[in-house]
Amino acid sequence: MSERLSVAKTYKLYIGGAFPRSESGRSYPVRDNKGGFLANAAHGSRKDIREAVVAARKAFAGWSGATAYNRGQVLYRVAELLEGRREQFIAETAASEGSNAKKAQSIVDAAIDRWVWYAGWSDKVATVLGASNPVAGPYFSFSVPEPTGVVGVLAPQSSSLLGLVSVLAPVIATGNTAVVVTSQDRPLPAITLSEVLATSDVPGGVVNIVTGRTAELAPWLASHADVNALDLAGAPAAMRAELEAAAAGTVKRVLRSKAAEPDWTTPPDLSRLRSFLETKTVWHPTGV
Amino acid sequence: MWEYAPAPESRDIANLKPSYRLFVDGEFVEGAGEPLKTINPATEEVLAEVSTADKNDVDRAVKAARRAYDRVWGKMPGAERAKYIYRIARMMAERSRELAVLESLDNGKPIKEARDVDIPTASAHFFYHAGWADKLGYAGLGPDPKPLGVAGQVIPWNFPLLMAAWKIAPALACGNTVVLKPAETTPLTALVLAEIIQQAELPPGVVNILPGAGDVGAELTNHAGVDKVAFTGSTDVGKLIQRSLAGSGKKLTLELGGKAANVVFDDAPLDQAVEGIVNGIFFNQGHVCCAGSRLLVQESVADEFLEKLHARITTLRIGDPLDKNTDVGAINSREQLTRITELVATGEEEGAEKWVSPCPLPDKGFFFAPTVFAGVSQAMRIAREEIFGPVLSVLTFRTPDEAVAKANNTPYGLSAGIWTDKGSRILWMANQLRAGVVWANTFNRFDPTAPFGGYQESGFGREGGRAGLEAYLDV
Repeated sequence: MSERLSVAKTYKLYIGGAFPRSESGRSYPVRDNKGGFLANAAHGSRKDIREAVVAARKAFAGWSGATAYNRGQVLYRVAELLEGRREQFIAETAASEGSNAKKAQSIVDAAIDRWVWYAGWSDKVATVLGASNPVAGPYFSFSVPEPTGVVGVLAPQSSSLLGLVSVLAPVIATGNTAVVVTSQDRPLPAITLSEVLATSDVPGGVVNIVTGRTAELAPWLASHADVNALDLAGAPAAMRAELEAAAAGTVKRVLRSKAAEPDWTTPPDLSRLRSFLETKTVWHPTGV
Repeated sequence: MWEYAPAPESRDIANLKPSYRLFVDGEFVEGAGEPLKTINPATEEVLAEVSTADKNDVDRAVKAARRAYDRVWGKMPGAERAKYIYRIARMMAERSRELAVLESLDNGKPIKEARDVDIPTASAHFFYHAGWADKLGYAGLGPDPKPLGVAGQVIPWNFPLLMAAWKIAPALACGNTVVLKPAETTPLTALVLAEIIQQAELPPGVVNILPGAGDVGAELTNHAGVDKVAFTGSTDVGKLIQRSLAGSGKKLTLELGGKAANVVFDDAPLDQAVEGIVNGIFFNQGHVCCAGSRLLVQESVADEFLEKLHARITTLRIGDPLDKNTDVGAINSREQLTRITELVATGEEEGAEKWVSPCPLPDKGFFFAPTVFAGVSQAMRIAREEIFGPVLSVLTFRTPDEAVAKANNTPYGLSAGIWTDKGSRILWMANQLRAGVVWANTFNRFDPTAPFGGYQESGFGREGGRAGLEAYLDV
């Protein structure tokens, strides 16, 4: 039986629901932890980031305006499709992270389960974080959590799939849209995840994924005036203060994290959801 | 219009002292900074001399707060903390008349506002948060949320005592200790609050109050011993603070400027809406971060509405803040008066039609007559920038979508108003407006149970309600 030559995938960016190459025309080789060549990834540029922000802003009204039930179903659908491509993700995560098959399997399973967990939160977060305010006067007052807007996410550097899902799912579960800069050296599972997102009813532009050099892309995201919040999960330690300072230019919400990556298998709590929510308080007089 | 006989509140009630000092580690002490003279903006007379903090005083206060946190307050059972905070609430209420008169003197706001809004709401804030101190585990932030440590807090001059209460009450309830810097032009009521705190027997160092200017604020927010910074003030200064804290790991909340749209639909009860618009922009001389400074009125009723608005504004009484009939008091400082005057001049230069209330103004003190600009376009500075004075910019719209687009066309997002008789439209608008507080058929309502704070460049974090506790807990 003759060996069949496999068809290799071209890894591109994911912006506005499409898969463009970097406008810069650049790419960079991605290697496994032993230095073997895996694929070329697009080496995204400032302009790619800006187009991703435009796409994310355009998608915000529709996604934040969708019913929470609908968003929950869409996130659950992501889990369904991830489950269907489980073997592919196990292989890709193992190659990316240099983990054995068993470890890779548990990572992918945890990533799938995490989508399910956050899917369930979409229509509960307002119940848990919202309130009826017993004000001292003849008014009906209530507070509801609302999505912050466009969130820039610097994805974790080592945990290329579970880490990414752990930071991305809470951003979009509540109606934000995201511009993600992937792990620099382990970008491939993120791009494959974008194929799942593209086919699982997540509207184009809700998640935008840019691969490339984190240190080059992060400052553009941090200083972009149409980005409302910034997750520093995968920011290079030496750049964190500078990125926070850049974010101050438009009073962005900044989610800081410890320089050392956390254990992403730890069950999450509400804090990531809370980080990208605003509280809106509405008042109306009561009376006849 | 009826003429009213003057009904002045007696300034003696304020128990004004010739000099005031810092409150550090439970004692009133002389500060090493250049003393400041706080004036009555309605008369330009000096009210008192106030000693200010220098760098070493800030350091001493932060260390006192740290000691108090480590040794007493941070480990005190919540139920005990609660009782101290309840004491403060009660003692503020007991001295409410004195505080109201003092606030009016130092700030220039009408006595009826200090008396009916500032002081009672400040006391209510302590009362509300006291009850949280032993119930934090029920706040949805984990079973046993921990305090942050020492909070450095910087507040503005528009609601001096109320802002102090918004800052101190939740910080204490959550188990933090506090170093607070009141605004340079309005330090007095915060120092009377310090007296109350002393009389309430709070352990020394739990609350420290340091009068001074912006440099003291910068010293405080950048002090390495501070774990949490809370700032209310301008967006420019907020950005500076956020930038200077980058990489420090300090938790930060900001309550900054605004340029709120107050949207009037053609089906709104117009007379009621006029009252709301007037309250929205002339309450506290327009020195309100959430002031309804942009009126968006539906084109079909714009002329009629503007006419009613002018008629109503004409009846506002401007003058002596201590007169119980006064509606609009004094601008807080010469500096602020200059800023308002300059921005109003740009409105005229850019072609908006200016209308000024014909009311007489006192011949001394800082006063600015209520002003309305019609024919304002979105590009004008008076439609974009926070004026922080009694100046209303009027724009028009035809459809609800246009109203939303115009209302949201700002980097701010603190508050918004809606005036319409149609319930479904209120809820739709409330959903569409990107602002932290939306008042429908009312405006400028505040309550400790109702979270307050902004979207976008109006800041982040909330004050009040369950949501406000997050700012002072390590969660």
